[in-house]
Amino acid sequence: MPGVTRLSVRNIRKSFGSHEVLKGISLDAEDGDVISLLGASGSGKSTFLRCINLLETATDGEIFVDGEQIRMVRKNGQSRPESQKQVDHIRSELGMVFQSFNLWSHMTILQNVIEGPVHVLKRPKAECIAEAEALLDKVGIADKRHAYPAHLSGGQQQRAAIARALAMKPKVMLFDEPTSALDPELVGEVLRVMRALAEEGMTMLVVTHEMSFARNVSNRVVFMRQGLVDSSGTPDDMFGSGASPAFRQFIGHFGGEQ
Amino acid sequence: MDIAFLSSAMVTLLKAVPMTLLLFSLSVFFGGLLALVIVTMRVSGNRILSGFAKGYIFVFRGSPLLIQMFLVFYGLGQFGVIRYSFLWPFLREPVVCAVLSLALCTAGYSAEIFRSGIRAVSPKEIEAARAIGMSGFLLVRRIIAPIAFRHALPAYSTEIVLMMKSTALASLVTVWEVTGVAQRLISQTYRTMEVFLCAALIYLVLNFLILQGMALLEHSLSKHRRAAPPSAVKA
Repeated sequence: MPGVTRLSVRNIRKSFGSHEVLKGISLDAEDGDVISLLGASGSGKSTFLRCINLLETATDGEIFVDGEQIRMVRKNGQSRPESQKQVDHIRSELGMVFQSFNLWSHMTILQNVIEGPVHVLKRPKAECIAEAEALLDKVGIADKRHAYPAHLSGGQQQRAAIARALAMKPKVMLFDEPTSALDPELVGEVLRVMRALAEEGMTMLVVTHEMSFARNVSNRVVFMRQGLVDSSGTPDDMFGSGASPAFRQFIGHFGGEQ
Repeated sequence: MDIAFLSSAMVTLLKAVPMTLLLFSLSVFFGGLLALVIVTMRVSGNRILSGFAKGYIFVFRGSPLLIQMFLVFYGLGQFGVIRYSFLWPFLREPVVCAVLSLALCTAGYSAEIFRSGIRAVSPKEIEAARAIGMSGFLLVRRIIAPIAFRHALPAYSTEIVLMMKSTALASLVTVWEVTGVAQRLISQTYRTMEVFLCAALIYLVLNFLILQGMALLEHSLSKHRRAAPPSAVKA
């Protein structure tokens, strides 16, 4: 359903002690949007992503997931979620893919994928297994379903982690530098899966350093700098003549890919 | 070597094995449950609960088990509250005193072993669980406890073997388990060497079986750390 706002973030601030990492960031994602968040390390893009599913608690600001606002309260001057139950529910609607995969090491790949649907969503196991196998097939590791994470390459682990997130049928997928921990030759297989997802119309927010992905797959590019949105726009605008001086300088560091 | 005496001593001692096993299994069971309570308090983040757990662990690890057992066996009856309470019919039984002190003591050690297991759980795996909507007991039950238990298992099997040997102390509060029966037999026959050798052999066999069981459990819980089977490697 294009035109439906899946994610809306208003004026998010985040401080660690006296250091303000996010200085008021707003962002809307409509159904099917694929937004690349770019920025130098330390610009706050990962922190921003982690604030959305409350792995970090924003100091200030509002977050709406599919129209539902995350209720926050102030206690001793600290902002925190009012209800853990709501947080759990919101998180179950946001798929998260981590830089270092974070698969559960003691479970097989299939067990990793069905864990959320079976134990968080409390859905029938047989149904979840069938869906999980289809997802593993889709990301190209169906033959690994009974292997353990340690037996897989980084690229395979990340694809398993994407399948695990998809198994929750999320409304929005959050990717936190999904290819940064991978050997160069394994990056492509993960990006291919992400591109396929984007083409299916999944709403995605991707923190990345992959300029080719930002340019060719996403429909919006947001460039963060020093805790603020420096500039944003379509890839054509951003990588074309409309680029801000700071963004131009930033992509200059990726010279080979331009 | 007096085979006839050895075998008759062995038969006498073997009759006490059920009592040793009873002491062992009850104290490991209740001690394990109590350890879960203590470690939950210890890692709760609440300063009062965590302080209590630290104090408990310090007291029961820091003092000799034998003295703890004597305090329970000889000491509790001196308190009127206990002497005249509904608990007394139980607490005056030597077996109950022995199980109680063994369980209290192993709970202190086990709580620390479990805590080291919990600390070894990767924060990243916990974060992944939170990110799909797990929290509270579900997170503990599905992710933290299974991983922590795997980390704690080698140290915990050592603790269990120590418990098996510690049941021998119960003989000093008049429980007729293997060591107690051995001492009675020695006082009747004055054949220290043979009788204690038989007793030691019984403990060795029991511990061998326990260690085999624990090794089996560890093996079945650590598939993820072994090399992949050939079928998982190809393609």
